[in-house]
Amino acid sequence: MLLHSSRTGSKWQELQSRLRKAYRLGRRYPGDSFFRGIVLLAGLAVLVIVGGLILVLVSNSWPTISTFGWRFLVNEAFDPIHQSYGVRPAIFGTVVTSTLALALALPLGIGAAIYLAEFCPRQLQVVLTFLVDSLAAIPSVVLGLWGFLTFAPWLQQNGEPWLQQHLGWLPFFQGSPHGLGLLAAICILMVMILPILISLGREVLETVPREQREALLALGATDWEVIRHAVLPAARSGLAGAAMLALGRALGETIAVTLVIGNQAAPPSLSLFQTGYTLPSIIANQFGEATPGLFLSAVLEAGCLLLLITLLTNILARLLITRLTRGIPRT
Amino acid sequence: MEGSIGRAFRLKHRKILWLFALLLLSLVLEACGSPSAGNQSSGTCPSVSMLTGAGSTFDFPLFSKMFTEYAKIGCHVQVNYQSVGSGAGKTQFLQQTVDFGASDGPMTDEEMAKSQNGPILHIPVTIGAEAISYNLASVPEAQHVRFTGPLLADIYLGKITYWDDPALKQLNPDLSLPHQAITVVHRSDGSGTTAIFTKYLATVSEAWANQVGAGSTVNWPVGVGGKGNEGVAAAVRTTAGAIGYNELAYVLKNNMQYGMVQNRDGVFTLPSLETAKADAANATNIPADLRFYIVNEPGKDSYPITGYSWALVYQNQRDPARGEALANLLWWMVHDGQRYAPDLAYVPLPDAIVQRDEAQIRKMRCGDQGCYHG
Repeated sequence: MLLHSSRTGSKWQELQSRLRKAYRLGRRYPGDSFFRGIVLLAGLAVLVIVGGLILVLVSNSWPTISTFGWRFLVNEAFDPIHQSYGVRPAIFGTVVTSTLALALALPLGIGAAIYLAEFCPRQLQVVLTFLVDSLAAIPSVVLGLWGFLTFAPWLQQNGEPWLQQHLGWLPFFQGSPHGLGLLAAICILMVMILPILISLGREVLETVPREQREALLALGATDWEVIRHAVLPAARSGLAGAAMLALGRALGETIAVTLVIGNQAAPPSLSLFQTGYTLPSIIANQFGEATPGLFLSAVLEAGCLLLLITLLTNILARLLITRLTRGIPRT
Repeated sequence: MEGSIGRAFRLKHRKILWLFALLLLSLVLEACGSPSAGNQSSGTCPSVSMLTGAGSTFDFPLFSKMFTEYAKIGCHVQVNYQSVGSGAGKTQFLQQTVDFGASDGPMTDEEMAKSQNGPILHIPVTIGAEAISYNLASVPEAQHVRFTGPLLADIYLGKITYWDDPALKQLNPDLSLPHQAITVVHRSDGSGTTAIFTKYLATVSEAWANQVGAGSTVNWPVGVGGKGNEGVAAAVRTTAGAIGYNELAYVLKNNMQYGMVQNRDGVFTLPSLETAKADAANATNIPADLRFYIVNEPGKDSYPITGYSWALVYQNQRDPARGEALANLLWWMVHDGQRYAPDLAYVPLPDAIVQRDEAQIRKMRCGDQGCYHG
């Protein structure tokens, strides 16, 4: 406050500027508080948007929440004719497709990230990174249409019969192949989240200090041992973060999944050949024709649940990352 | 005429010029020849250049053609139509954010009760027919599998699961039906197409009516859901042994195989503009408010899976100018606009319904007089 006083005099000003230089004191100009006000508003806008979103979703889905309560989560039918709504198959489908897609994409994505970060020749790395980024830039509807028009028919005629012939004793590959179904959705989601895993994974791995690798190499470790004991432990929190981002993407993916999953709740079974439903595809399919009342409210409650699942995933991710980073020195 | 000019002077300069141009044009048009039934028969144009509508995706190709043509003639009124789906169209209409709604199914009493602007008028604007498409390599394209209503219901209920089921074989003794599983394909999104199809199944099969019912979204017992007409068409085309239901236009354009369906008189008919029109023309018991289905109507030429699509308007128009423009548009749509229907595989309205539509349009009130001055 003293510095800001309007006292004049060249000596005083000189002292002021020297003090500022020496101690890098914050200047209290009116512009500063204006700027702070603006960024505060920007920060508050996030709160308002998220808060408003939750408020609108919950208030508009109140009719179904109050009518069905917990039954909405376990009821199988989504039936506007008989005014009976439930999303059990959709929750099942959302969770199963997303987690399996992540499980399939994780080894492939991290493997590719390790190759790119550690072993890839520079020029090839440029090309591969460009390709991975291009894959990430494909709009999901394009992937969905490819899945729907090309991949699903192939799956029906070749992919699923082959799986049935060779792995048919597993409960996952039973029933008649439709092409469209959980398996197709899992594969499409895997393709979608792979570039996220590779791209983020590579960046995380590259932040691991060179010295850690060199220390192990100096001890005569193999490539695998260096990765296993020096690189991966240091990068695990970042990799977990990448996996969670990918899972978030998979949970919320709408149009591509809607196109290939078959959109029909099948009787509960472990088979991946069966058709399924997801929460986002309920919204994509039904929102346009949902008439005001319980029907619209049910669609919005599906949106609410999706928000809740994403929120829970984020919280779990935070917990996981704090657990993983415990005891690791900050780099 | 003077009132119109007076209003115009209160507007900005450019609008005055436009209005003068329109006014002159309409005077010229009126002087040139006697207007036909569908033309703008009133000399003045309402001071409205844009109307908005929302609803049925089924109507969209026809509406889009109609509205392009409509902007070229008469008062050059542009129509901004959003094909958001019948349900969303009804919602927007009830919230009064659009001038008219469009729906492939009539509004229910419950929906009508939500109106905050008085009575709602249903105005049939076109007719659609739905084909039963399938994918069977062993059936030549020139031949068509025969279905009856109850049989279709049993297939969609999951009771008949193979193409060589005795019931199917008995109906189709000349065809070589394979021992192949039937993959039932239906719409995954709510749609008027589904509303008409399920209405038909519910009409011909008691089991369907009790277990599933009719509506734009139903709880399908079996099958695979494809999004949109194109989703169902693609799923049928790429899946051997599939069966689906599609708007006639899709089936014809995509050269898909499609079946014959037995009508109420026991005759097997193919879907076409003629058979659908026959079904519509033979409709009995048309209610005064024009909220009705025309599935399974009598007549030997009738194709039974047929349905109307409606424009929805409020009887009491708040803005007289908009109301007049809207009434003019609807009048044109049910008369001259119908000539664009056949090329796009829509069925033109039968005369009896056009007359009913005229009466509905004349019911529209703008203040203390009717909106339509024809």
